[in-house]
Amino acid sequence: MENKTVYLDNAATTAVDPRVVEAMIPYFNENYGNPGSMHSLGLGGQVALDNSREKISSILNCSTEEILFTGSGTESCNMAIKGVAHHLGKKLKKGNHIITQKTEHHAVLETCEFLEKEGFEVTYLDVDRFGMVNLDDLKNAIREETILVSIMYANNEIGTIQPLEEISDICRENKILFHTDACQAGNYLDLDVEKIGCDLLSLNGSKIYGPKGVGLLYLRKGIMITPLIHGGGQERRLRSGTENIPLIVGFAKALEIATAEKEGETERIGKLSKKLTEGILSTIPKAFLNGHPEKRIVSNVNISILDVEGEAVLLYLDHRGVCASTGSACTSKTLDPSHVILATGLPYEAAHGSIRFSLGRNTTNEEIDYVLEILPEIIKNVRGISPVNLKAEDFKEYLSEANKKISLGVVA
Amino acid sequence: MSEMKTHIDVKATVDSKNWFYNDTVKEHFFTPKNFLKDEKEVEEFEKVSNGVGQVGSPACGDMMKLWIRVEDDVIKECKWQTFGCASAIGSTSMLSLMVTENEGMKVDEALKITPQDIVKRLEGLPARKFHCSVLGDKALRGAINDYFRQSGQDDKVIVEGAKIIDKILKITDKDIEEAVLEGARTLEEVQKKTKIGAQDKSCIPEVEQLIRFYTEKYFG
Repeated sequence: MENKTVYLDNAATTAVDPRVVEAMIPYFNENYGNPGSMHSLGLGGQVALDNSREKISSILNCSTEEILFTGSGTESCNMAIKGVAHHLGKKLKKGNHIITQKTEHHAVLETCEFLEKEGFEVTYLDVDRFGMVNLDDLKNAIREETILVSIMYANNEIGTIQPLEEISDICRENKILFHTDACQAGNYLDLDVEKIGCDLLSLNGSKIYGPKGVGLLYLRKGIMITPLIHGGGQERRLRSGTENIPLIVGFAKALEIATAEKEGETERIGKLSKKLTEGILSTIPKAFLNGHPEKRIVSNVNISILDVEGEAVLLYLDHRGVCASTGSACTSKTLDPSHVILATGLPYEAAHGSIRFSLGRNTTNEEIDYVLEILPEIIKNVRGISPVNLKAEDFKEYLSEANKKISLGVVA
Repeated sequence: MSEMKTHIDVKATVDSKNWFYNDTVKEHFFTPKNFLKDEKEVEEFEKVSNGVGQVGSPACGDMMKLWIRVEDDVIKECKWQTFGCASAIGSTSMLSLMVTENEGMKVDEALKITPQDIVKRLEGLPARKFHCSVLGDKALRGAINDYFRQSGQDDKVIVEGAKIIDKILKITDKDIEEAVLEGARTLEEVQKKTKIGAQDKSCIPEVEQLIRFYTEKYFG
């Protein structure tokens, strides 16, 4: 076991599924034609592109022309938010106000901050201690000038699932466009855009056992956006650049597999997450689960462990072959702890001690047993060397017995 | 456990080439020297130590406590506890070694230890981890000051003053230094961390000069 890698960082990125690799290979150097070319090799590329779009649109329950391929989830979020802002806001002068929330991925937050510099106004909604937005806050934030609401589907750090259908209803009533970053949702949640009720949706390959470097933007028919990239007019002139056929084929295949295995994996991984969470909370004192106890993505286990610093724990875990991640400042470029954990109201000292395990398709029961076996000892050592001893009563509401049980019923 | 399946595309990453830190830091992180491993050891050592310094807080993400036992102005023992990342733990461990090796260092010499000296002995730290080693020498200076007070040499206590730069928000040169150590390199980045110059615009040229000074000092 010590020489194997236990990969519990699937929210960062996933291994490419061998079935996906197999599907992609012919498109690198056999069927390498440019779909824009007027010969049979080019036509082969066009067919592969059409088939991929077809597969994906049936999963998203939309038409093929509503799917635009991009280079990543980040690009999709940029394209959605800047695209709407520049078209509706700058060109048509419909308004200059955007609403999002504080635990969004940087792909959304930084894009909004950029737009603020261009003169747009952005409201960043607060979340509660479970990471949920408040629908009344959303209603109250809406102004006449509001042109877009961007709220993520499931959070990448703490796994909280936002109430998208209700958010969509509010947006429709007020005739405001609604974008959702669904990059963490592909494996476990329903991607039917009619049910979600979104106008734009961002998704990528690298979190669903597909390749990195490919994403998509779902853009509801009739909505215009200003493109980020101009050139040869691919993707309905909205995203120029020769279509990356092997990656698009792989992305479609990955989404197809994820959808077919969604139900089984949700149940299997849900059980493992529950076991890991309850196992950690019952053996390690002064530890609690971050995120929502029920409305959370089944693969996410994010635990704050008081009196330890996340990076040290991570490196000890890595030394024993376990890959996880942390919201500690030490691993971020800005040296600030996770904005997500802080937004849920936890103090800095607890944010530094947050560890995220994100389970996945390759995670086994034995791996969970192994983590449960080594983690208490690691924490004991790191705590031993630490001069910090936070008072449990200051974290009473987090450390209660009731918080040691989680239920992962929701999904699909 | 032996029947674990091997993952298709990931291999064990625990080899030094792939490690974020170099081998020296790694050694001091996994097998730290001179640390006090629990409350009991702290209690025991406090009976013999004659200087203690503390710096940082859990909220900042780094906190160090450092105890010294000094005989005739020579540091004979240096023990510590650290809450922080691998570079914080590694640099405190290295510092404790530096001041006690070769029969111990004179306190006057120890006061001259700079973050660069520690980083040099560690054979380098990633740039953004640099601020962790700064805490070590600050904690040591705190412990030595404490020793001066305890041994009746109050005249030797060094008080590090800070100069107010932003007169409205009362932001000091130390705050700018801290921001630079945390990775800020431009006026905009320092303002994001400190709000300096938000109202007192007149201080901005001096702020920019200080950013260049500290960037040069620590990262030049």
